[in-house]
Amino acid sequence: MIAVVKPGLLCTVQDAGRPGWRASGMPVAGAMDRLALAAANLLAGNEPGAAAVELTLAGGTWRFEAPALAALAGADLSATLDGSPLPPWSSFLAPAGSTLAFGACRAGVRAYLAVRGGVAVPPVLGSRSTYTRAAVGGLEGRALRAGDRLPVGRPTGRPPPPQALGPEERPPCGGGARLRVLLGPQEDRFTEEGIATFLGTAWKVTPQNDRMGYRLEGPAVRLRGAADILTDPILPGAVQVTGSGLPIAMMVDCHTAGGYAKIATIAGPDLRLLAQARAGDEVRFAACRQAEAVAALRAERAWIDGLARRVARAAGGKAGSRRAR
Amino acid sequence: MIRLLSQGEGGITVELGTEVEPVVNARVHALARAVARDLGARVLEVVPSYASLLVVFDPLRTARAPLARRLEALARQVAGAAPEPPRRVVRVPVCYGGELGPDLEEVARRAGLPPGEVVALHAAPVYRIYLLGFTPGFPYLGGLDPRLACPRLDSPRLRTPAGSVAIAGLQAGIYPVESPGGWRVLGRTPLRLFDPAPGAARPFLLAAGEGLRFVPVGREAYEETARAVAAGGFEPEVER
Repeated sequence: MIAVVKPGLLCTVQDAGRPGWRASGMPVAGAMDRLALAAANLLAGNEPGAAAVELTLAGGTWRFEAPALAALAGADLSATLDGSPLPPWSSFLAPAGSTLAFGACRAGVRAYLAVRGGVAVPPVLGSRSTYTRAAVGGLEGRALRAGDRLPVGRPTGRPPPPQALGPEERPPCGGGARLRVLLGPQEDRFTEEGIATFLGTAWKVTPQNDRMGYRLEGPAVRLRGAADILTDPILPGAVQVTGSGLPIAMMVDCHTAGGYAKIATIAGPDLRLLAQARAGDEVRFAACRQAEAVAALRAERAWIDGLARRVARAAGGKAGSRRAR
Repeated sequence: MIRLLSQGEGGITVELGTEVEPVVNARVHALARAVARDLGARVLEVVPSYASLLVVFDPLRTARAPLARRLEALARQVAGAAPEPPRRVVRVPVCYGGELGPDLEEVARRAGLPPGEVVALHAAPVYRIYLLGFTPGFPYLGGLDPRLACPRLDSPRLRTPAGSVAIAGLQAGIYPVESPGGWRVLGRTPLRLFDPAPGAARPFLLAAGEGLRFVPVGREAYEETARAVAAGGFEPEVER
């Protein structure tokens, strides 16, 4: 068990998400930064999509009731174990009774705390991810609070030794970002000038950002007509433009359908860069083609597979054949 | 007119129309079945809405261009066929008015009808479940009598209880979970549209593409069904 001594801003149990139920109106949810989730899990000796805790800006204080191999990845929230600093993107052995505490957020927004064996809350519709708006998954479908105790699953295989990614090995996390997009599905609802505005602007992330969507601020993107379309299905990464001409990037908790025209869709591997941006950061969109987006996806999988092999070698087992979902 | 729209590297939206029309929506659901039958594991998910179908795939395993060609061919077949009626019609008991249907009187006043007539008109048609969305399991229903059309509440309620049977404009729906909502609530059903309990036999009561009929019941019958639902294993009546 891991006990929540002091909750952070928004700490929820998340895994690789709950695909397969969109036709029933169930958002996919899951980790906002899927690469950091995979890294934390692999460092902790888990499958990349196992359930971990997603921490947001303020990580709170935690106590390990039993000894555990745990790992952190994603945002740098100034973690300490019994007062000793822990580097971001690293695993560590937590003795029974030890205290994991977080301080100032130095880079990024969301960090993942994985523990060997995974967070063992009961799966709902095939996933342990928390979707708070419908109180589904995680611990009672809600954000964690003081006094909560998280069950830990039974680990399999040989535990890897504690290790850390060097600063140059860590994926970029936090600050401004260039996000690759595929235009569409409704790019024909925008004027040429509107698309040029969308692709040529350094968009400011507003405080209206959460797991459902990020509102961006900048010049109005010109539409050909009304912003409203007949409600149609949406995926995380879709960039809607409302009647005011301002974009909203849809994130993992977004509804399964929406009624605003979507100018573009952020490439899957780049969505994490927006999830790690905070109010005031600037992001730009760069149009890419299918081949480039698929190459980015392949590079993301290769990075995860490479880390899996490295962790498996360190554990003294055979090179891992773990794959991202 | 059939259009294929890109939605990221792993999504294609097949648009069969741009209006809310029963015939178009029936084709969307026919296409969803055809895609599942024809493409099997090459697609991960199909997501129907009013007039379009989103097809989700893994671009590392399925190439976009041949998939798009196949989807277009299937869409043409479906567009040429006569639409099928819903395969089953789920009967949904509703206790109208009073504390369970706080907006019934106001809807009646706006429609210029006695409340009993509003209930009769609301419970008359077989609705089509166009899509599920907004919250998990929320059915967007087509077929509301235009005499009942009325605008949303000026200020949405912060909490609309689970089971609330509501209307807005020409739309009808049911709230599966307690959520904020601006629709006008006519009554409440004791059925559970969404059951997220781990290991629940059927997490979602309804499926898009099915039919639905509201059946007015008194408070006593409502409570009795609510108890049966809470006890588990309750099966709603279905017309075939």
